[in-house]
Amino acid sequence: MNELAITVIGPDRTGIVADVSEALAGVGANLSDSTMTRLRGHFAMTLICTGPSAADVEKALEPLSGLLATVRAVEPESEAGAGGEPYLVSVHGADRLGIVAAVTRVVADVGGNITDLTTRLTGPLYVLIAEVELPADSAEDLAVRLAEAADELGVEVTLRRAESDVL
Amino acid sequence: MSPDGLPSSDALADWKPDVLGVEGRVLPVVTAPAEVLSRVGAEVDPADPEIVQLAADLVATMRVSPGCVGLAAPQVGVGAQVFVVDVTQHPKTATSHGTFVLCNARVVEASRWRPGREGCMSVPDLTGDVKRAGRVVVEAVLPGTGEAVRLTTDAFEARALQHEIDHCAGKLFLDRVAGAHAVYQRKVYL
Repeated sequence: MNELAITVIGPDRTGIVADVSEALAGVGANLSDSTMTRLRGHFAMTLICTGPSAADVEKALEPLSGLLATVRAVEPESEAGAGGEPYLVSVHGADRLGIVAAVTRVVADVGGNITDLTTRLTGPLYVLIAEVELPADSAEDLAVRLAEAADELGVEVTLRRAESDVL
Repeated sequence: MSPDGLPSSDALADWKPDVLGVEGRVLPVVTAPAEVLSRVGAEVDPADPEIVQLAADLVATMRVSPGCVGLAAPQVGVGAQVFVVDVTQHPKTATSHGTFVLCNARVVEASRWRPGREGCMSVPDLTGDVKRAGRVVVEAVLPGTGEAVRLTTDAFEARALQHEIDHCAGKLFLDRVAGAHAVYQRKVYL
């Protein structure tokens, strides 16, 4: 079974998701995990599909005008090891160059793995929210390092546990 | 009876699974997608021996499941409005009524809504952000005796009750997540 990583991006309009997923279904591409969102007026889709060859999918997406699509074959997920402890990083402050780079480098340096990240710029305000998995007992260290980085950047940062309760 | 003439939660104070008088069996837990999890559970006759047995089975199944603080009948494959809750060991618990099984439960008052991330034994690989009332009043009947109870609680017990009552109505936390980005892959297991 082919596993494909597909990205589609284009100016936002109604029907993009319907058009793309219809084209994919038409060639027997089964959509598994995906994330689709509007980024400053561009609609961006990142998805993993299984089924047809990359060439078939490319051909199916080609007629969709105004959309830039990439398709590539990828290896299926290897058996993922146990994740770390889930935490949430929130950063907000005046926009400047290098906020994401500085914050994510600090996370990487303690062995934290980012599993989801969103940034938004509205007016002068820059916001970054990241889900991270941390190695055991690294949260305190990370909190200190993040505070230092935030200080240098002149932004506010908080690190809190993304607790979930099984009911 | 409470001063306002309504049945109170006092009946729960003395309630222990032993009063069911039958041995609970450990049942397999059903996971989504399963039709029974999305079906509105039937109202039950609390005196029906089958319901009494089901109540005992829910207690027994909850007891053997690590970290489990509640279990509803649809989760063991039975489309009925019966569930067990026991949050006594949970750190987020404020008010707790111990271990109890309720039938035909309804939330009659809900306030202090707040978000929280929850998971479910029937959706083992995902968690989601769900807003729940931090204070609820629930009316229900007890299995066996059929005695009416009116229970006021808060914090984690309130969340657990809403989650289980949802199961009895054929709803999963997935039906209530806060947004498209509010469902998460769950990798940390108890």
